[in-house]
Amino acid sequence: MPVAPPAASTAPVSLSPSRRAWLRFKRNRLGLWSLVIFCVLVVISLAAELVSNDRPLIVRYEGQTYFPMLQTYPEKTFGGDFETPTDYLDPFIQQRLSAGSNWALYTLIPYGPTTLNYFAKEPNPSAPTRDNWMGTDDRGRDMVAQLLYGFRVSVLFGLALTFIGTVLGIITGAIQGFFGGKTDLAFQRFIEIWGSMPELYLLIIFSALFSPSISLLLILLSLFGWMGLSDYVRAEFLRNRQLDYVKAARALGVSNAQIIWRHILPNSLTPVVTFLPFRMSAAILSLTALDFLGLGVPPGTPSLGELLSQGKNNIDAWWISLSTFAVLVITLLLLTFMGDALRDALDPRKADK
Amino acid sequence: MAPSGPLLDVRDLHVHFGTKEVVSGASFTIAPGEKLALVGESGSGKTITALSLLRLAGDARVSGQALLRGRDLLALSEREMRGVRGGEIAMVFQEPMTALNPLMTIGQQIAEILQLKKGLTGAQCAQAAIELLAKTGIPEPARRANSFPHQLSGGQRQRAMIAMALASEPQLLLADEPTTALDVTLRGQILDLLSDLQRQTGMAVLLITHDLNLVRRFADRVAVMEQGVLVEQGAVAEVFGAPQHAYTRKLMQSQPQRDVTEIAPAPGTPPVLQASDLRVVYPTPLPGLRGWFKKGEFVAVQGASLALLPGRTLGVVGESGSGKSTLAQAILGLLPFGGSLQVAGQGWQAPAMRNSPANQQLRRKVQVVFQDPFSSLSPRLTVEEIVGEGMRVHEPTLSVAERRTRVEAALAEVGLAEAQFPGLLARYPHEFSGGQRQRLAIARALIVQPQLLVLDEPTSALDVTIQQQVLKLLQRLQKEKGLSYLLITHDVQVIRAMAHEVLVMKDGNVLESGPVGQVLDAPQHPYTQRLVESAGLD
Repeated sequence: MPVAPPAASTAPVSLSPSRRAWLRFKRNRLGLWSLVIFCVLVVISLAAELVSNDRPLIVRYEGQTYFPMLQTYPEKTFGGDFETPTDYLDPFIQQRLSAGSNWALYTLIPYGPTTLNYFAKEPNPSAPTRDNWMGTDDRGRDMVAQLLYGFRVSVLFGLALTFIGTVLGIITGAIQGFFGGKTDLAFQRFIEIWGSMPELYLLIIFSALFSPSISLLLILLSLFGWMGLSDYVRAEFLRNRQLDYVKAARALGVSNAQIIWRHILPNSLTPVVTFLPFRMSAAILSLTALDFLGLGVPPGTPSLGELLSQGKNNIDAWWISLSTFAVLVITLLLLTFMGDALRDALDPRKADK
Repeated sequence: MAPSGPLLDVRDLHVHFGTKEVVSGASFTIAPGEKLALVGESGSGKTITALSLLRLAGDARVSGQALLRGRDLLALSEREMRGVRGGEIAMVFQEPMTALNPLMTIGQQIAEILQLKKGLTGAQCAQAAIELLAKTGIPEPARRANSFPHQLSGGQRQRAMIAMALASEPQLLLADEPTTALDVTLRGQILDLLSDLQRQTGMAVLLITHDLNLVRRFADRVAVMEQGVLVEQGAVAEVFGAPQHAYTRKLMQSQPQRDVTEIAPAPGTPPVLQASDLRVVYPTPLPGLRGWFKKGEFVAVQGASLALLPGRTLGVVGESGSGKSTLAQAILGLLPFGGSLQVAGQGWQAPAMRNSPANQQLRRKVQVVFQDPFSSLSPRLTVEEIVGEGMRVHEPTLSVAERRTRVEAALAEVGLAEAQFPGLLARYPHEFSGGQRQRLAIARALIVQPQLLVLDEPTSALDVTIQQQVLKLLQRLQKEKGLSYLLITHDVQVIRAMAHEVLVMKDGNVLESGPVGQVLDAPQHPYTQRLVESAGLD
């Protein structure tokens, strides 16, 4: 029985939908460059210890090689008077380390996140100088080091909060949307009750009960951060579960877990991926806000919010508020540009050109 | 050509989207009072031709000439063009639900045009709108004028659209698939209405359609379009009587052909599918406080009894909302149902939706092919994953290589091979056309070697030429494998080509059933008579 064969396809390559989305994303120059710059910044901040540290990378002292970053040496090692750990910013030690054939390789910025320079020439907070490129804060800590480590804390916190919130949001949204009916109804009412809890009061109460820490903050913010996303995932699941390919899978006898995992979930991720950068910038911003109010990370942790609060208290020290503001704006802008590009890349109405 | 010269003279019309030319050099004329049909498959550029006459084609580049009584529509200023749109040329769209404003009553929408184009006052408009609605045969036009679009039935909405188009007494009416979104029995009525109105007003009509039956019934002249090129035009009788172009001949021959085994199985053969007094209800919310504790019932199917023998096809025909798709889902064990149902001598273990071992065995025996090939394949799975799904579920012990062999065999059976599509197994559904996707859906169903295939409008979303190919494939598979089909469709022609037995459904009830010849040639029920009549079979 001859059946006319379907016309042969001309397209030689086969690209998966996610690969096509990536190609579309790459065509958006602004988004692509934002991604590149953001990644570079994150990598630099992850290696912050090698960029900004109050201990030298390598010290060659009287024929012996020392690695101060890996091991703490007492001052006596380098000809000092005490058994205390060496302060490499001490002019006396610096002079010993550069005398004769001795040498020391310092990091680009010779201050750590909490380093106080007891030998600073300027009063605190100090305006930008050759020693402190962006000045110091009101405790005498170097601003560049503060910003670098503060950026790292913000980004890591943002990533963790986004990840937890996204996973929780997908799971709850998937359960509501896939099973629908009474499950959905019960979950929706729970979300309404949960969402009406005063988040900020809870944070204040908990910060009074427990000693503040990043993990406590992460848990508290995660408890409330998943609800927005779960609504979107729920809507996608509600729409996708009644499409024909899901019915066909049911007719084949595919289990519910497999239907969710293989069929519905991959087709419901568009809002999740689109919101990722925006969720992350929201997470960074909420950490900054809490730090600004003094409800955030424990004292001594480098943080952008705390720097902003210092800037508010020291209005004359423009370098504190301006530089922190710049770091925040750049971070949020990069994330927003990436988000815009991602949204366009995943927009089903935009055809491949 | 009419002695007074053509009403509309389109010369060398080109339409580009970016670098892609969708209409290349179309030239045609419409005389005053003439009914011209523009025929072609989806994507042939017929709708965009009509839209570019009104310069509504979005960001398309349009070149050429379109002379309306000597005035070039493509050269008019935007301001003059607004006068032409809805004035000298009016348009009726395919889907009246989306073409009407949901927030305005239809009376208001018609009045708006009268106000704009004829400068009538408010009271005059309201009266004229009611008269127009009355002209289109809407019952109780005075009351209907105050209805919102969602309060009207599909046919009434299309009538309201036509009333709107006629409000400005246009010289030319562009009707873009005006009946495609409607049920079969309504199509004839709307078409008759258009004919009547055309006779009364003497306007010219450009009918855009893919349905050759409509052309035969309605048009004076026909123009055939293939991929943006007008390949043939002329009087309907001439073109259809002696088609000159190969494509026209192909379209003409695309009517479904019957090619099935007519020999009945030996008496006493156990049926593949047997149901008696099948009943499916959907819960509906009740208003008020009662709704908190009780649910209402909507009866989607009741009292359906049927039997299907091996190697035979049972056609289920009916309009949208008649319960035919619900029936299919009950048979597939995807819905709870009442009454008795046996597939291959075995019933679904309640609840039918649960994948208990007994039900899993049954799922291998009954498979499904859906209507819309675009939503029936997950866009994020490859061909191998889609077609191999059944093997993963029912023969999980198969190795990857064995599964691939089975997938390739199933694809070969539906006429898809590596030779035509390099890297076939790794491709994604979006790279295939509608007909090819439908083949993939058939392969997915065939790989578990079912005895019964439920075909839910398998060809309704396809173009006529593709439809014929898919039907041929289904006929061949039935002969080779002795498959039984439960064929659900609204298309009487498809039933005639495929089915041995027929079941006519309306509003959840089975009106009539019996052998195909008997039901279609000598319909007993008035509804069936109307259905067969409006299918336009000569």
